[in-house]
Amino acid sequence: MKKNLQRLDLIFKNEHDTEVILRKTIGRKCDDVINDLISSGLKGRGGAGFPTGLKWKLAAEANQPDKFVICNADEGEPGTFKDREILSSVPHKVLTGMAVCAHIIGAKKGFIYLRGEYKFLKPSLQKVIDDFHVLLDDLKIDLRVAIFLGSGAYICGEESALFESMEGKRGEPRNKPPFPTDFGYKGQPTVINNVETLAHTYSILKYGPDKFKDLGVQDSRGSKVFSVSGDTPIPGIYELEFGMSLQKFVDDFGDGDSKAVQVGGASGFCVPRKKFEKTIIGYQGKLRGTSLPTGGSMMIFNSSRSMYNVLHNYLDFFVEESCGQCTPCRVGTQQLLLGIQAVKKGEQPSSYLDRLLDLAEAMRVTAKCGLGQSVANSFSSIVENFREEMIY
Amino acid sequence: MAEVKQLVKGLADQHGRSMESLLPILQGIINQEQHISEDAMVEVARELNISAAQVYGTATFYSFLHTKPLGKYVIRVCKTITCMMHGKNQIIQELEAVLKINLGETTHDRLFTLLETNCLGQCHKGPAMLVNDEPYTELTPEKVRAIIMKYKQQELNVN
Ligand SMILES: Cc1cc2nc3c(=O)[nH]c(=O)nc-3n(C[C@H](O)[C@H](O)[C@H](O)COP(=O)(O)O)c2cc1C
Ligand code: SF4
Ligand code: FES
Repeated sequence: MKKNLQRLDLIFKNEHDTEVILRKTIGRKCDDVINDLISSGLKGRGGAGFPTGLKWKLAAEANQPDKFVICNADEGEPGTFKDREILSSVPHKVLTGMAVCAHIIGAKKGFIYLRGEYKFLKPSLQKVIDDFHVLLDDLKIDLRVAIFLGSGAYICGEESALFESMEGKRGEPRNKPPFPTDFGYKGQPTVINNVETLAHTYSILKYGPDKFKDLGVQDSRGSKVFSVSGDTPIPGIYELEFGMSLQKFVDDFGDGDSKAVQVGGASGFCVPRKKFEKTIIGYQGKLRGTSLPTGGSMMIFNSSRSMYNVLHNYLDFFVEESCGQCTPCRVGTQQLLLGIQAVKKGEQPSSYLDRLLDLAEAMRVTAKCGLGQSVANSFSSIVENFREEMIY
Repeated sequence: MAEVKQLVKGLADQHGRSMESLLPILQGIINQEQHISEDAMVEVARELNISAAQVYGTATFYSFLHTKPLGKYVIRVCKTITCMMHGKNQIIQELEAVLKINLGETTHDRLFTLLETNCLGQCHKGPAMLVNDEPYTELTPEKVRAIIMKYKQQELNVN
């Protein structure tokens, strides 16, 4: 197969410069390190795409004695498995990022919130952390990192639900604002970053911000680790440059018969074949065509797949994983599911789909957190692009 | 009852008695007993000096924290999209046949419980499942039979 896209090897590169990086960084002015991160253009890889340097700066400026740094390893989005791979093969890069963050914002305690499904990683990860603590002591960095295990709840990947969960409560998202950098874990200023985000800070600290910024396109800098699954001869984890068109991606990864790609998991968007060419993978910005942010989940569907079944599966997921706290999401997800079933069975006319689309859009505005708000992403993009498949 | 008391006390000694210890304690109970009984919840509430309702609220929120008895080995087959596309139904059927139970049930010898779960983060190697904490990927009916045999054998050796 002809390869269009350059495979990168930054994140998974086998390099061990934690000590050098930490020594160098703690000798620098915190503002300079933050400015490096800001100028690198690094944005959060957990889905929302918040500028990482700015997040650290906000937490550094907060005026409370207790602060926390948390690595979000809840990775529950269907079709995402890159954080597991990063934590198994380059955990020291993630820890380096956490230590630098802790140093800059003034945190003495760090946590890795590891989803329960990844409990099998805990022993090896704990060993790396133990060794890391020895190094921290040598460098006189006052930080301890602990693993906090989740217990099977997708919503706990949402940052405020994650804090609630760590506090022993039901994983129900909080109202925002206040944001975590002011009021996070235990009500204290907290930086919470995705596993991959933290691993990228290692490369930026080692190679400088320009090397990172050279990769990608405007507003979407650097590389991104993609989790590729579905109808592909080569499923797996790939580090690619931001800014590629979906057509190029499908040329490399599809099976020659791709009819749609779901970008960003169940809470992401479904892109049909006719839009591959003008869809660019990156954060929303001044890119040509439609640009899609993504936590890195790329699920490819070929023409043998029923998009009704795909949507049904996603809605099953949301019905189960909705925390139930707010009505638009708790009732809305169920009604969307019942609704497409009714249309399929002919109990409702096809025009009923338009009412369901209205409901999904209403959830986007009224739901309390990102889960309920993003159901419309997949719902609307699948129903609008594959309307006949919903009916017949 | 006395046993549960001991277990909960030990876990509280290990993890602490603040609210932040609640989830680790509940997880510790699951490790030992596969489910959190009402007695255990009351005990946890007493140790942490919080209401039993609070413990119940947290315990019932998480899909890995069960409040009904389960088998010693809890099998969770991923039912999310990629695993579904790659034949998870066939895997469930095979497990039902080998274990002689339906989805959601526990075998008579209380060794195995068969459940479905959402995406396990192994989609590139679907179909996937967990047996307690252990992931198994790229499953085929033959592989599934061998895995179940392995656990049964392990039990025979223990007894
Ligand atoms: C329903 C829901 C689930 C989420 N799950 C995750 C997750 O598993 N991992 C993650 O890093 N971020 C997840 N997020 C995003 C987090 O809330 C948060 O934005 C992120 O951890 C911040 O880190 P970043 O800036 O490095 O991306 C989720 C958000 C929502 C609304
Ligand atoms: S939108 Fe859904 S998941 Fe989020 S708070 Fe409301 S019910 Fe819970
Ligand atoms: S869909 Fe089954 S592991 Fe992700």
